[in-house]
Amino acid sequence: MTPPASLKLASHEGRAAEAAPGPEAALAIRGLTVSYGQTPAVFSADATFPARTMSAIVGPNGAGKSTLLKAALGVIPRVSGEVTAFGRPVAEARERIAYVPQRASVDWDFPATAGDVVLMGLYRRMGLLGRVTGAHRRTVRACLGRVGMADFEGRQIGELSGGQQQRVFLARALAQGADLYLLDEPFAGVDAATERAIIDVLKALRDEGRAVVAVHHDLSTVTRYFEHVLMLNVRPVAEGPVETAFTAEALDATYGGRLAATHMDSLILATA
Amino acid sequence: MDTLISALLLQAGYNAALVGIGAALLGVASGAAGTFLVLRKRALVSDAVAHATLPGVGLAFVAMVALGGDGRALAGLLAGSALSAWVGLLAVEWMTRRTRLPEDAAIGAVLSVFFGLGIVILTLIQTMSAGRQAGLEDFLLGATAGMLFSDAAMIAVGGAVAVALVWALRRPMTLVAFDAEYAAATGTDVRRVDLAMMALVMGVTVIGLKLVGLVLIVALLIIPPVTARFWTERSGRMVWGAAALGGASGYLGAAISASAPALPTGPIIVLVAAALFALSLLFAPARGVLAAMLRQRRFQARVHRRQGLLALARSEPILEPYTIRVLVAEGLLRRDGVATEAGRAEAARIARDEKRWEVAREIHRDAALTGRYDGLTPIDAVFTADEIAEFDRRLGPPMPVGGMA
Ligand SMILES: Nc1ncnc2c1ncn2[C@@H]1O[C@H](COP(=O)(O)OP(=O)(O)OP(=O)(O)O)[C@@H](O)[C@H]1O
Ligand SMILES: [Mg+2]
Repeated sequence: MTPPASLKLASHEGRAAEAAPGPEAALAIRGLTVSYGQTPAVFSADATFPARTMSAIVGPNGAGKSTLLKAALGVIPRVSGEVTAFGRPVAEARERIAYVPQRASVDWDFPATAGDVVLMGLYRRMGLLGRVTGAHRRTVRACLGRVGMADFEGRQIGELSGGQQQRVFLARALAQGADLYLLDEPFAGVDAATERAIIDVLKALRDEGRAVVAVHHDLSTVTRYFEHVLMLNVRPVAEGPVETAFTAEALDATYGGRLAATHMDSLILATA
Repeated sequence: MDTLISALLLQAGYNAALVGIGAALLGVASGAAGTFLVLRKRALVSDAVAHATLPGVGLAFVAMVALGGDGRALAGLLAGSALSAWVGLLAVEWMTRRTRLPEDAAIGAVLSVFFGLGIVILTLIQTMSAGRQAGLEDFLLGATAGMLFSDAAMIAVGGAVAVALVWALRRPMTLVAFDAEYAAATGTDVRRVDLAMMALVMGVTVIGLKLVGLVLIVALLIIPPVTARFWTERSGRMVWGAAALGGASGYLGAAISASAPALPTGPIIVLVAAALFALSLLFAPARGVLAAMLRQRRFQARVHRRQGLLALARSEPILEPYTIRVLVAEGLLRRDGVATEAGRAEAARIARDEKRWEVAREIHRDAALTGRYDGLTPIDAVFTADEIAEFDRRLGPPMPVGGMA
């Protein structure tokens, strides 16, 4: 299938300069269908997450948000569709993409400290045989510092609280030094102060010119945190700038009328 | 005893020395390779792989005889065992990926089917080639009697290759073992890394067949890593710790079995590894059972001491017998429940510490500092003397406890 013209213009490096003004796509998804067994979890999804922007993916439980991210990254196979990052296939743009899974399914008793986990974000750059240098250690410390976890570098990963673990995984993604950050529910189960800290880090990334795409459940903060939104319920319901796409009708369609109208009004009013 | 010492010094004869060195090298290789197996939680797959070697051994023998060879050439037998182990591994892989069978069921199926098949083939060989004892049953539990220099050299070379591979693949293997989804997201081919890890394990199994046998090799792959885990919280150190423990078990076990007739080498090596495991389980400083118990007791005593002293400071009666015992043991309380001079002084000090914390929490909104208030940490462990002096200015002069300071 041929990508729409806007996508061609959006491709990364060099060509962007000659293109007409328009948002450069950090992540472009075309006709993505993913299924576990015979029922599609994501069906024919199109989405264009612009560069230098904070984007949210919202939708009810089981809407396929995690599936969309994982399939975009190639963690799970896709039935159809193509995914490009900065105009290139994802497989060729790996070093520019960082991923923070939803409540990482890791072995919490694994013999690794918080610092070791963050160092994993540098494995790609170190290669198989490269040594861990002082510069790598400084990067690890700086990334832990950015998420307010500097004091926990030597702590075994299982001895951290859930919110602290979440921040360590964010630090691991930061260590990758990527241009596109995909986060699956970075605010799940974290306290208000931690949420504040994480959103500050993400906004700083955006201000540095990087793209952030986060699965987000708290509808009341969508308009405050994000500029771009994809509303998903197996199929994409609406996508675009928050001001135009995050509407009562779209919410109603996404959540299948399960949100009370009064509640929705308060969400949309928050936009103004 | 003398024979044990001479065996340890490699002075118990040529064969014993070869076995000792071979067992040590095998232990190093299996400890290092086994670490990632344990971290990936696939320890039992290696058991299936080990049992799946048996048909290969038998078929290789038949093939070599059919080709007019001796049939007992070790290289040929091991090649055959590797081949059938690989088939077994792929069978487990395929069943877990393509069917709804859980991995443990797939492991059980492959293990028993391959082992049964192997026994049948071995039995047929024995009845058909009567008179020409193949000695193939040695591969079940290992045998060291006829160990040749070339056997030891093969273990040395194979072990060195295995250790080098562990070193080269340690990063992808760590990544996959810790967080396979993230590994895949960063472009690591998880399935290839898993297969490489299992190939490594298979290699170690094959070179260990002759020495410890296929039934017990899994112990050498698993016990040293879990023993090492008691001593470290870092995966890198765990690898080398497991290698060292595996090497020590192999060497020590071989020496012990050489020191007395009729002590089977493989099982003794496994028992030595198990003994090291038991020692670590009990006595390791951070994760050992005894250390944990001691830590728990000490912590409990600290809690009771502090609570008791705070009760004294508020002139409340102390009711809990354990609290009384702790305070009496320190000479802070008399047996009749009345505080001693030292007890009153300590109570006043603790009460002041508590008050200082209260002020600290009011002044410092910084959660990182005041968050360390847990009721036990003394305030001077967190704040500087100047800051404490400031708290004291706000608190006023200290109050004595019990009226007669
Ligand atoms: N490993 C799996 N095997 C089979 N079905 C799955 C698997 N993972 C998810 N699904 C199904 O796919 C659908 C989408 O799941 P997904 O995890 O992507 O939802 P989500 O939008 O991330 O939900 P949540 O908000 O709960 O995280 C769900 O209906 C779920 O039941
Ligand atoms: Mg999800």
